[in-house]
Amino acid sequence: MEHYGLQTAAGHLTVPAESKEPYAEDVLAQLHADAEQVVARYPQKRSALLPLLHLVQSVDGYVTGRGIDFCAEVLDLTTAEVSGVATFYTQYKRHPNGEYTVGVCTNTLCAIMGGDQIWDEVSEHLGIGHDETTPDGKITLERVECNAACDYAPVVMANWEFFDNQTPESTKQLVDDLRSGKDVAPTRGPSRVCSFKQVSRVLAGFHDGLADEGVGAGPSSLEGLRVAKDNHWTAPSGDDAKGDAQGAGHPDDLAPGLRSSTDAPANDADEQAGDKPAEGK
Amino acid sequence: MATTLTPILTKFWDDPQSWTLETYEKNEGYQALKKALGMKPGDLVQMTKDSGLRGRGGAGFPTGMKWGFLPPPDGGPRYLVVNADESEPGTCKDIPLMMAAPQFLIEGVAITSFAIGCNHAFIYLRGEVVHVYRRLLRAVEEAYAAGYLGKNIQGSGFDLDVTVHAGAGAYICGEETALLDSLEGRRGQPRLKPPFPAVAGLYARPTVVNNVESIASVPPILLHGADWFTGMGTEKSQGFGIFSLSGHVKRPGQYEAPLGITLRELLDMAGGMRDPNKKLKFWTPGGSSTPIFTDEHLDVPLDFESVAAAGSMLGTRALQIFDETTCVVRAVDRWTDFYKHESCGKCTPCREGTWWLKQILGRLEHGQGDEEDLEKLLDICDNILGRAFCALGDGATSPITSSIQYFREEYLAHLTNGGCPFDPRESSLFAKEKATA
Repeated sequence: MEHYGLQTAAGHLTVPAESKEPYAEDVLAQLHADAEQVVARYPQKRSALLPLLHLVQSVDGYVTGRGIDFCAEVLDLTTAEVSGVATFYTQYKRHPNGEYTVGVCTNTLCAIMGGDQIWDEVSEHLGIGHDETTPDGKITLERVECNAACDYAPVVMANWEFFDNQTPESTKQLVDDLRSGKDVAPTRGPSRVCSFKQVSRVLAGFHDGLADEGVGAGPSSLEGLRVAKDNHWTAPSGDDAKGDAQGAGHPDDLAPGLRSSTDAPANDADEQAGDKPAEGK
Repeated sequence: MATTLTPILTKFWDDPQSWTLETYEKNEGYQALKKALGMKPGDLVQMTKDSGLRGRGGAGFPTGMKWGFLPPPDGGPRYLVVNADESEPGTCKDIPLMMAAPQFLIEGVAITSFAIGCNHAFIYLRGEVVHVYRRLLRAVEEAYAAGYLGKNIQGSGFDLDVTVHAGAGAYICGEETALLDSLEGRRGQPRLKPPFPAVAGLYARPTVVNNVESIASVPPILLHGADWFTGMGTEKSQGFGIFSLSGHVKRPGQYEAPLGITLRELLDMAGGMRDPNKKLKFWTPGGSSTPIFTDEHLDVPLDFESVAAAGSMLGTRALQIFDETTCVVRAVDRWTDFYKHESCGKCTPCREGTWWLKQILGRLEHGQGDEEDLEKLLDICDNILGRAFCALGDGATSPITSSIQYFREEYLAHLTNGGCPFDPRESSLFAKEKATA
């Protein structure tokens, strides 16, 4: 079942008492300095709440009671308003998280391509289930939803870096390496997986300087381009592009042909602006 | 003549430094912005209308028309918000685009902002892709340093700030009004419409919300002209798009092609099915929220009208391909689990309906329940479709109703078999290795 953190006997969500211990003075001063930068990015300060919750996780490793108090104070919100937001989003942890979140995609496509087997074997290997953490505090295991890398299925995410085309063996190796403190490089990402706290700081909008590491595109992302190049297919060159030497020189007759579509009406939902949300939802 | 691929947004993804401003500038980067700044904003909106560009995030609403819905300027702020929350199961085009060539998006944001009179644009990226976030932060940094963002851009007097915002894990935030609530620091739940975002969007101000690929397509359209764009694709679905092939196909990946290409053509380019002896069984044309197709639909032109006429939706061109080893009930059960998990809870049909759908599908997959359960599923779907607050609920019904339409026998086989007749290991990538181990 879902894990939303501790509950009282009456069913109210709560946080461990120790998570309400006040921040040390220097930590609090740094938090305030960072929060000021985050708030400055937005016309209205409440917009800073999501990044600030990431920031709290970068310090505490999860959304603590004191972290909620901090966000509420900085943004002039009630702690209930902050908690309401913190419990809505799956990336916010309501109890201490491992140094590495390992998420196995078990949405349909990855599951069928082998994600279910990966999940079963890794879960058994670590002896933990969904949203549980190894006793050494290193790995929190999760089943994750589609992470937009279906052409690399089955996919595993470690602290939200891509591990493509995984097998049960490769994923067990991954968690073993992470537990033993080895540097592990994602398939598409920086040269090593950063800690949960480090990554949380990036998600709060603080650049860690690793953007230029790793590949631009993995092999699957490039399949179409490779096929196009092998066949000398290019997009038609527009009038304005004429004279641009780059990419020119391909025979014009390879431009993609027009085809007539069936003359059916478009979806009704398209009739009014914004009536249908993006992403088909 | 067979359709061919048209690498435009994907053209230089194989450059070893594809994401840098330097690489982008070598590939016509920011020439379109320079051109735009010399034009009237209204002409840019008209050009986008003329190009026929339709939203690439799934719904296919004409992009230029969306811009045109903004009320006349009243002196207050107007916003552009890019929907980079790509989370529709099967959809995997925007994430590689932003990882490999984020400057397309940044230039598109600058041009669009100029066209609609926006001085502060936002890119709402899902939080679960940290390296893409790094690339976007870096791309914005580089664009500021080069004078493509910031104050008085290229001496035009136009100012633009761009904030890249990371979400925190919630599919519903891809719904444009839920995204706006989330960007305002709230739970991501959809808003009642009207008012539409064009009238009252972010901070209740006029707002345009567009998908990543839509905005990234703007610079090439402006540079090469609306006619260039309408010269590709079909009569009513113009231009190009990225088609994402995944699943039981030899070479899954991103294939940029004119709208109207068929799955048969794409499969051919992708090397066919992974195992040529196993038949294509079912596929999604545009993510899990679009009704599934079967091998009868291999020649349906993948444009908005043709796919709709065949009973589905073009959606995000997320072509998830499943061969005959795959149990359709298992697939649909898992998608339903997803919708149940991601339902935001705001409206009853979706919150309660997806929960019940999951209970029933779960027991069917395990050979329990009875034939009446199929009617019950369809009845619940009927009570969700069109009655939910947003399209998440509608989407949840698509895989169920379409799979019962095409594969009723397979549902029944679960009952007569007393369980799933398929071996799940057969459909995995490493099935053979396991079998011989």
